[in-house]
Amino acid sequence: MSFDHRALQQRLDAAGYIAEDSLAMALTLAIALQRPLLLEGEAGVGKTEVGKALARVLGARLIRLQCYEGLDAGAAIYEWNYQRQLLAIRAHEAEGMKADAVERHVFTEEYLLRRPLLEAISQQKPPVLLIDEIDRADEEFEAYLLEVLSDFQVTIPELGTIKATAVPHVVLTSNGTRALSDALRRRCLYAYVEFPDEAKEVRILSVHLPDADQRILEQITGFVQRLRREDLEKKPGVAETIDWARALIGIGLDRLDRDPATLQATLMCLLKTDADLKAITPEVSARLIGKVA
Amino acid sequence: MTPMLPSERVAGFVAHLRRSGYRIGPAEAEATLGFLAGGADAIAARLGMKALLTGSREQWEGFDELFDAYWHGRGLHRVVPAKDASTDLRELKPPPVWDRVLPSQQDRSTDVPQAQLADGDAPTSQRDGAGRLIASRREQLARRDIARIADAAELAEAARIAGDLARAMRYRLSRRRRAARKGRGLDLRRTLRRNLVHGMEPLELLRKRRPERPVNIVLLLDVSGSMKPYARAFLAFARGLAGSEIRVEVFLFHTRLARITEALRDSDPARAVDRLMLLSQGFGGGTRIAESLAAFNARYAKAVIDSRSVVVVMSDGYDTDPPERLAEELARLKQRAPRLVWLNPLLAWRDYAPVARGMQASLPFVDLFGSAATLADLAALEDEFARL
Repeated sequence: MSFDHRALQQRLDAAGYIAEDSLAMALTLAIALQRPLLLEGEAGVGKTEVGKALARVLGARLIRLQCYEGLDAGAAIYEWNYQRQLLAIRAHEAEGMKADAVERHVFTEEYLLRRPLLEAISQQKPPVLLIDEIDRADEEFEAYLLEVLSDFQVTIPELGTIKATAVPHVVLTSNGTRALSDALRRRCLYAYVEFPDEAKEVRILSVHLPDADQRILEQITGFVQRLRREDLEKKPGVAETIDWARALIGIGLDRLDRDPATLQATLMCLLKTDADLKAITPEVSARLIGKVA
Repeated sequence: MTPMLPSERVAGFVAHLRRSGYRIGPAEAEATLGFLAGGADAIAARLGMKALLTGSREQWEGFDELFDAYWHGRGLHRVVPAKDASTDLRELKPPPVWDRVLPSQQDRSTDVPQAQLADGDAPTSQRDGAGRLIASRREQLARRDIARIADAAELAEAARIAGDLARAMRYRLSRRRRAARKGRGLDLRRTLRRNLVHGMEPLELLRKRRPERPVNIVLLLDVSGSMKPYARAFLAFARGLAGSEIRVEVFLFHTRLARITEALRDSDPARAVDRLMLLSQGFGGGTRIAESLAAFNARYAKAVIDSRSVVVVMSDGYDTDPPERLAEELARLKQRAPRLVWLNPLLAWRDYAPVARGMQASLPFVDLFGSAATLADLAALEDEFARL
C-alpha cells in the first residue's frame, strides 16, 4: 500500500485547496485505511472545505449531513414516508386487497426516504460523506453514528440489513463546542486544523482571486493575520479573508494603507460581532496596517 | 530516510504515548505498523503516526515533543511526571498537637483498607454508623479544618461528599424529566407503530419531547501558595466528582492553567492525587486568577461549558492581577456559564468578609458564594447545589 501524502497534496492544490502536510497525510491514510477522519479546529479554518475539496479530487459525490441538536435517526438515516403509506393503505383497502399484502407492499423501498447516512452507504462508487459539526448533535446520535461508521451497514427492521456497496470516505468536523466521546475519537483518524500561516493564506487568496495583484493580497493577509492575534470574540476565518479581499479589490483598492476610511468601512466583512467592530478602532487598524505596509 | 523500523521500537513508542495518557488500542498499534511497513520516510512517518495515534487537540499538540523524546532522545520524556518519592506532600502532615487527639499516622493508615479508596466511597457499615467509635471519628473529621487534612480516610471522605453532591444534582434532574411530558410535535414513527394494533387508525398520538440532559460540572481549582493547605483535599474532592456519573471537567490554576481531567481518572487514586500535586508544583509563585480565567475563557470555555454547566471556582480570591481584570474575565465567563459557584475556604473564618479586592469584584457575577473550610461545609452544599 502506498501512503504518499505529497501526491494527494498536489491534487488538492490543483483542486483549489491548499492543505498542510499533516492534513494531507491524515487524508491519505483515511483513504488508504478506509477509516473516518475527524477534523477539529476553530470555526473558519476551512474544515468543511476539506470535505468538498476531497470530493472534487476523487471525482466522488459529496453527501453532507449537517448536525444540529436534536438530530435523530429519522433525519440522518432513514424514515418511512408515512403519508404515502397511509394513502396507499386506504387505496388498496378500497380495491379489496388483503391486509398482509398491503403490509408487504407499503414496507418496500418505494416508501423509504433515504437520509444522508443511508444514501452514503448505498452508492455504487464510494462518495465523500461529510458529517459537519458533529459536536452539535446529541450524544445519543454520536453512539448511533458509531455503529454506522464501524460496520457501514444500517438495519431497517421491516427490510433487513442494508450493507454498504462501497465504503464511503467519511470526514467529520467539530468546532469543539462539546467534548466528543472517546469511542468516536478512537474510531477515527485525527487531525487538528489551524489557521493557515501567512504564506499559505496568500496562496489561498491567489487561488480564489487569480487576477489580483500579489502585493495587495500580501497586505490583506498580513492585516488579517495580525488581526487574529488581537483579543477578539470571534476570529475572522479564511472565508472572511476571501470575502474581504473580494470587497477591497472590487472597490478598486490597490494598496491597503491608501484609504483608511474605506478599510474601516469594510471591516464588517471580517468582524461579525458588535464588540469586535468597536474594539478595532481606526487607531488599531492604523497600527495593524503600519506593520504590514 | 528511516529504514524499516523494528516492531519492538514501535511498540515501545506506543507504550511511551500510553504512559502520557494517550488511549491507543491494539487496532491503532497494528495500523501504525502496517503504515510504517509501507515504507515512509522520516517526515511522512511522523505525520502518519500523528494522524493515527492522536485523538484530541492536546494530544495533537503534544505529539511532536513526545515523538522527538522517543525517537531522537531529546526533550520531554513524559507529559505528566511519574510518581516520585521526593514529593513534599509530607509537609501536609498535621501538627504534633493532633497526635494526642487522633491515633498516630500509622495506626490510621492500617484501619483504612486500600479498597475503600478505590471507589472513593466508605463501606456501608461505616456509613450507617454501626461502629460508634468510627462514627464519632467521622463527625470529628467533618468538622476539622480542611487545611489540616492529611490522611487517606479524610481524603476518601472528601471524594465521597463530592459524589453525593453530584448525585444530588442528578436526582433533581430525573424528577424534572417526568414533569416535562408535553412534546413539541407528533412523533409519526412511534405513533404509527403504536397504532398498528388499531388498524393504522391513529388513536393514540405520541409526541416528541426534548429529553433533559444531565448537568455537568466544570471545576476550576486554585492551587497557589495561599491555597496549598487545601489543595490536597480539594483534589480528592475533584476526583470524587470526576468519578461520579456526571460529566466533569477539572482545571488547576496558579499562575497558569492546566486541564487535569484525564489525569484525575488515573486508576490508582492515591497516585492520581500525587501526580496532580506534582503537576501543580511545576507552576511559579503567586496567584493569577484573572489571567488563568482569561486562558480558560479563550481556550476551553467554548468546548466545556454548555447551557447545562455549573462552573465551580474553588479559590480564596487572593489575586496578584488587578481586580478589574478579574471582574472582566468573570463577566465573560458568566456570559457562557449559566451557573457560577465560588467556594472559598476562608469564608468560614468568623472575622472574614470578602475584603480581598478580587473577591469583592467578583461577587456580582457569582450565583452562589459558599464556604469550603471543612468537609461539613462541603457536605452542606448538597442542598444549595440541588437548588441551583
